[in-house]
Amino acid sequence: MNPSRSTVLWPLLALAALLAFNAAASPGFFQLEWKDGRLFGTLVDIFNQGARVPMLLALGMTLVIATGGVDLSVGSLMAVSGAVAATQVNAGAPVAQAVAAGLLLATALGLVNGLLIARVGLQPIIATLVMMVAGRGLAMLLTDSQMVPFQNRSLTWLANGSLAGLPVPVFIVLLLAGITGWALRHSAAGLFIEATGDNEQASRLAGIRTGGVRIAVYAFSGFCAGLSGVLEASNISAADPARIGDTRELDAIFAVVAGGTALTGGRFSLAGSVAGALLLQTLTLTLYNQNVPPAVAPVPKALVILAVCLLHSPRLRARFSRRPQPAAA
Amino acid sequence: MNRTLASRLLPLLATALVLVGLFAAAGATYDHFLSLRVVLNLFKDRAFLGVVAVGMTFVILSGGIDLSVGAVMAFTTVFIASMMGTHGWPAPAAIAVAVAIGTTFGLFQGWIIHHFRIPAFLVTLAGMFLARGMAFVVSPGSIEIRDAFYDDLGERGVPLGDGLLLTVGPLIFLLLLATGMVVAHGTRFGRNVYALGGSETSAALMGLPVAGTRIAVYALCGGCAALGGVISTLALSSGDPTRGTGLELDAIAATVIGGTALTGGRGWLFGTFLGVLILGTIKMILDFDGSLDPAWLRLASGGLLLAFILLQKLVARQSVS
Repeated sequence: MNPSRSTVLWPLLALAALLAFNAAASPGFFQLEWKDGRLFGTLVDIFNQGARVPMLLALGMTLVIATGGVDLSVGSLMAVSGAVAATQVNAGAPVAQAVAAGLLLATALGLVNGLLIARVGLQPIIATLVMMVAGRGLAMLLTDSQMVPFQNRSLTWLANGSLAGLPVPVFIVLLLAGITGWALRHSAAGLFIEATGDNEQASRLAGIRTGGVRIAVYAFSGFCAGLSGVLEASNISAADPARIGDTRELDAIFAVVAGGTALTGGRFSLAGSVAGALLLQTLTLTLYNQNVPPAVAPVPKALVILAVCLLHSPRLRARFSRRPQPAAA
Repeated sequence: MNRTLASRLLPLLATALVLVGLFAAAGATYDHFLSLRVVLNLFKDRAFLGVVAVGMTFVILSGGIDLSVGAVMAFTTVFIASMMGTHGWPAPAAIAVAVAIGTTFGLFQGWIIHHFRIPAFLVTLAGMFLARGMAFVVSPGSIEIRDAFYDDLGERGVPLGDGLLLTVGPLIFLLLLATGMVVAHGTRFGRNVYALGGSETSAALMGLPVAGTRIAVYALCGGCAALGGVISTLALSSGDPTRGTGLELDAIAATVIGGTALTGGRGWLFGTFLGVLILGTIKMILDFDGSLDPAWLRLASGGLLLAFILLQKLVARQSVS
């Protein structure tokens, strides 16, 4: 079996299976309703919520993982940018400036991750783990550990408004994904990222500035997390420094790994990650529909991600392919 | 030879200096800080962290990492509280089963990490969410422990005069630390851990039991995390599924501040002891001051961790050249 060909296929198959389960288990799951000039329904929710967090985070995380790293700080960076945007708007700044400030700070912190990893030589897990804790602390300090509600219609519109009947975040994220994918595949950048993840030393000897590549992907991951944090704050018209983005790093890793990008780095698939994010969101909503409490929801997610990793594991693949008959599904 | 030993000891020396400096500065700033009572409070307050950090040190020495410790500790606290409160188990049974569960959980993680070659951070990250979720399955909220034996155990200790007690939690920590030092520096298993962390390939070529060592290290860490949970229930007489959030970073920070290399193969358990004391002193200072935002604790432990990693890099670079 060629693993690279199955990248988008597997998450889509799993998605189809989950949707089929929902069709049987909860009537009305596929119901769509046109009301007040926009579309309502569970499927729209999946796209909307899936775009707002997992898909956005997965965009940045895909590139980070493709270079052989990982970014555990995305959840905290979401909290930082949400806190900045909310406090800025409350201080009377125009929305564009507030959002830009949030994005800028998150990108800068992502850049710090990249510098620590590429220039100082820290392991990605450690550098981003430090940022995960320090970033959450920073968000708490910015807001005095309080929830920051705001009343600003344009900022709230970002996550709650609709264009042509569909929620705004879907457009923002799909546009960003499209641009990113196009830019990476129509320039050498995508190749550089894959080369860095495949064999950093060989890439450097071949003249690729691998340090710069790594710094750039962590900064991009910070930017995506920042955008996601602004959208999360916009969604509830408040920045909650303790809760925004909490445990979301696993969601992002889930989407990327389920989408067929190997954790060891190298080849990546943005389309796979987008499909993985949809799969994750469908799983989350299915769990809610089955009355699984939100705090318990990570259990099945963790089990699925472990299962996916085991399927990717070369050892397990070798064990199955050695047998004459195909493994029972 | 002497020079390399000196440069290897440098991080440990720096750690000791930071600890003394912090304590002296706090003593100069706050009245009544320099007292046995504060030191004992520090030990009582951070004993669970110390126990977890001992397990973490073994994992990091072997070249791995375990992000699940905080969640395993949380699970242990609610498990014990629920088994004793709701199901009427006797305390020793609940404690024994909880530690056994933690150890088995770690064993399982180690097995997956070793046999399927999945990165340790990913397996233990999934383990973190798994254990945290299971803690919420056991109980969505905090459970109080009302048990005469438990309350009694929590109050017992070695008297140190002036009515001061070295309570059970710190006692377990110190005993575990001493045992850990003997195991790490004086047994075959300890040498295997160092060898595995130094180079897995070399360890395998020397015929050392790589699989067994790695799995045992994660099992040990899981067991320590559960023991940390036991101490936490003793100190607070309750179980809480949200407890221990961010503990994994504190444990890693204590280990690394203590001079253990994140790349594995080099370090000391005694350094981890100093690292725990440093983090504990910062916590005490925040408690003493009261006007400082608790968020500073996160920033401080993150910043210290970073500073010490940088110091290690510097030392490593010098000893190479």
